[in-house]
Amino acid sequence: MSVILTAVATLGAIGAGSAGILYLVSQKFKVEEDPRIQEVQDSLPAANCGGCGFPGCAAFAAACVKAENLEALNCPVGGEATMNRVASILGLTATKTAKKIAVVRCSGSCDERPRLNLYDGASKCSIAAALYGGDTGCSFGCLGLGDCEESCTFDAIHINPVTMLPEVVEDKCTACGACVKACPKDIIELRKQGPKSRRIYVSCVNKDKGGVAKKACNVACIGCSKCQQVCPFDAITIENNLAYIDDDKCRLCRKCVVVCPTHSILELHFPPRKETPSAAKEEEATVTA
Amino acid sequence: MEQKLIVSPSPHIHSGDTIQRNMVAVLIALIPAFLVALYTFRLDALLVTALSILFCIGFEYLIVRFVMKKEPSILDGSAIITGVLLAFNVPSGLPVWILALGALFAIGVVKLTFGGLGNNIFNPAIAGRIFLLISFPAQMTSWPATALAESATDAVSSATVLGLLKHSPETLPALQQMFLGFEAGSLGEMSAAALLLGLAYLLWKRVITWHIPVSILATVALFTGILFLIDPLPQYNPLIHLFSGGLMLGAVFMATDYVTSPLTHKGMIIYGVGIGFITVAIRLWGAYPEGISFAILLMNAFTPLINSYTTPKRFGEAVKHG
Amino acid sequence: MLKSFRIGGIHPKENKFSAGMAIQSIAVPAQVMIPLSQHIGAPCQPVVKKGDKVKVGTLLGKSVGFVSAHIHSSVSGTVLKIDKVLDASGYKRDAVFIKVEEDEWEEQIDRSEALVTECSLTPKEILEKIAAAGIVGMGGATFPTHVKLTPPPGMKAEILIINGVECEPYLTSDHQLMMERSDEILVGITLVMRVLNVPRAIIGIENNKKDAVARFTQKAKAFPGIEVQPLKVQYPQGGEKQLIDALTGRQVPSGSLPISVGAVVQNVGTIFAIYEAVQKNKPLVERVVSVTGKEVPRPCNLRARIGTSLTILIDAAGGLPESTGKVISGGPMMGKALASVEIPVTKGTSGILILPTLEAKRKAMKDCIRCGKCVQVCPMGLNPTLLMTLTEYEVWDKAEKNAITDCIECGSCSYSCPADRPLLDYIRLGKGKVSNIIRARKN
Repeated sequence: MSVILTAVATLGAIGAGSAGILYLVSQKFKVEEDPRIQEVQDSLPAANCGGCGFPGCAAFAAACVKAENLEALNCPVGGEATMNRVASILGLTATKTAKKIAVVRCSGSCDERPRLNLYDGASKCSIAAALYGGDTGCSFGCLGLGDCEESCTFDAIHINPVTMLPEVVEDKCTACGACVKACPKDIIELRKQGPKSRRIYVSCVNKDKGGVAKKACNVACIGCSKCQQVCPFDAITIENNLAYIDDDKCRLCRKCVVVCPTHSILELHFPPRKETPSAAKEEEATVTA
Repeated sequence: MEQKLIVSPSPHIHSGDTIQRNMVAVLIALIPAFLVALYTFRLDALLVTALSILFCIGFEYLIVRFVMKKEPSILDGSAIITGVLLAFNVPSGLPVWILALGALFAIGVVKLTFGGLGNNIFNPAIAGRIFLLISFPAQMTSWPATALAESATDAVSSATVLGLLKHSPETLPALQQMFLGFEAGSLGEMSAAALLLGLAYLLWKRVITWHIPVSILATVALFTGILFLIDPLPQYNPLIHLFSGGLMLGAVFMATDYVTSPLTHKGMIIYGVGIGFITVAIRLWGAYPEGISFAILLMNAFTPLINSYTTPKRFGEAVKHG
Repeated sequence: MLKSFRIGGIHPKENKFSAGMAIQSIAVPAQVMIPLSQHIGAPCQPVVKKGDKVKVGTLLGKSVGFVSAHIHSSVSGTVLKIDKVLDASGYKRDAVFIKVEEDEWEEQIDRSEALVTECSLTPKEILEKIAAAGIVGMGGATFPTHVKLTPPPGMKAEILIINGVECEPYLTSDHQLMMERSDEILVGITLVMRVLNVPRAIIGIENNKKDAVARFTQKAKAFPGIEVQPLKVQYPQGGEKQLIDALTGRQVPSGSLPISVGAVVQNVGTIFAIYEAVQKNKPLVERVVSVTGKEVPRPCNLRARIGTSLTILIDAAGGLPESTGKVISGGPMMGKALASVEIPVTKGTSGILILPTLEAKRKAMKDCIRCGKCVQVCPMGLNPTLLMTLTEYEVWDKAEKNAITDCIECGSCSYSCPADRPLLDYIRLGKGKVSNIIRARKN
């Protein structure tokens, strides 16, 4: 019996002593931190995705507390709700930033852009891109090996096995920018999501001359500049045989979509057109439930 | 030419070496030892080995296909080798259900829960053997008499060389017998000669390099040799140590397992020396007569650390003038 | 015991199907596409335009900056256009398209076959002629030769090493050149020795070319200071750093150039081109290309003009076999797999290798089984499986510490891996990323 008592007493004493030491040490070496940082951090989505430009939510919270105003600070994952919460904790005002979404600017599917050779290297876009211009005639287009899909921590982008192109899942995309960074061909861009998720963009990044581009892909932008001529808002620029729509100026009038001869400009989530029989194909390049 | 050209980064040729080829070479290297075991234990040896292989392959297939839901690759040969080595590490009369448990532990727990071939930290056969030893000490230490023992003795079990070494060193068999085999023990403990033949084959086929076997055996020989010089007891006789027990099997086949041993030559030597030390320490001063299994298991745990701290000899470090 | 480099190495099957085939000249084609970037360094600035008439040896593009090389016309005719063409790099790059008319050469070029041994030029003048002729490393690296022959301030060359190793399987263009043009090569070596002001040159030849070893050993006797050293047949014996280790026992330290241990290495093909440039006033306009492969009907060594389409060379060897899987520019270990055969011969095209699909298609990769074979074969003493993992997980600081930038991309690791892991694919990627990080840090 006394053996048990001795054992319990000894171990208990050791336990209590250790606890005491740990408590003293934690008090002595405590780091003084502005309590608001923790409060702000708790209101963040804790995705640690880097979309805000900071390495993790803790760093973003610290930056918010330190900042004088929240103009340059935005959490794309949490969006407006989160930034309002942060603003109320700190007694500042949140700036309204338009919700963005990842947009894949290539429509060169296997049907539209024939494969000319067989890539047999490691299955990584960055490796294929460093090796050569790709397995099609367009050396700018999507390689379909899925670096974007792998980089996404929100499960929001997947390679469609039939078209071999990435598709963005709208509900899940937080515009954190991971896929933009991962794509070695700079095909993915963060663009304004638009009212009712409607947006218009040139789904091509090919800078070859028109003839060469069209030979490689049916839906390539050939730089004919018809879209630029028809745009009433000066939103389109043509550079290096490639058209680009500025989404600050674009008013979603869809005139460019109709006039594009290769159907390279896409309009998303618009209602079907009523009159013109030569309406552009409604390319639903991204699909979600 | 109709097909499309294949494009990939260099290199464009391959040696043709495969995991399977290496495993087959190991199996071939085990044949001499297996033949000695067959001669010594007859049908029991065949049964234990065959059953062990079957259990290992079976469990690997079932677990990979139905639990992990992946494509099983039992044909790569690694499960077969685990089966053979497990069989070589147990008494030839071991009850079948215990053998099955050992195979389940070795394949299911030690290999597959860690992620399958390439990802396990511990050698499955060794860990399986230790699991059985600790769980079924009686069955795992009753060594059947060899088929060559005089039938006059009614003994159904006899002591192994190491057992004798620990408890009654006066009754040790002749050195030559130990080297060639035919003593009581597990299947793989039999013949140092046969195992050395296997080592020669593995070295010739470049499946392994000399670093691990030589550093283990050299350490054991040196450690016991120094003690023997101080006090020439049979317990310290380096030759007895080299030719008895599972040391040869462990040094040539178990410690050299790719997955659980270090990558660099420097690392391999550290690993081998560690195994040698621990083996001798357990044999001389530990409770068990045999120490190689525990030694290998312990050093397996050190392998990632050894890998972190040893780098291969870099080009540019030697600036000798030729 | 033959000399060899001390760390790692492999011995793939040699497959020298085109060995012993005398060099045949290909007829001048109807059209050539001469890329304006056939070398390491800045691409050339074109100095001709559409409609210009050119002769063989006319300057087409001027070098830009010091690390660059001139490019000359290999044919006579009219410039059709300057447009993009897909070349061995895998990308479309600018090239001069010329419609061939006759075969007129610039007057100053000496077209005779007579051996010219005398040279009264100063080292500086020899170097200028090498630069003017647009000579680059012909082993495949295409580094501008005049840059290599100009040691950086503070460094001096002590020994000239001639790379007659040709360690890549299948290739035989260097071997054949050594057998047919040994006199010219030896004269070329003396010229380079003068430029570098070194008393000693060693010609390294792998021992599977015993006839070349014998021939050069015999002929070099007439040249004091030039030795011949047969070397063990081991890949990558012809790698610059490995060759210096084998012949001199000195290992170039990490991050340094060979000149830092006093060595300058030149390929035999480059030496021959130097001879022609200095003694015959001939710029680099043609080269020897091996066309080879197990199922090629007539493996051969062809002398082709720069800019000739590879289809012509392949046709001369009997055409593309039905079983073709890969067409490689260079050797099987470090060459570039081509996406198309309609690309031009360039200064670095040492060979065209045609591999059947069965051999060319890679097997699916498995998990690393930690066998350590990649570590054992790496000639630079690296740990390829670790470097691949570090690249996969983007741990760049550890990759740098493990000397990923030392990798010479020889391919021995991927070649040896029993789990068919694409080690070099990833290491190359990591090497690029770490090099960018280091460059950004310095700026």
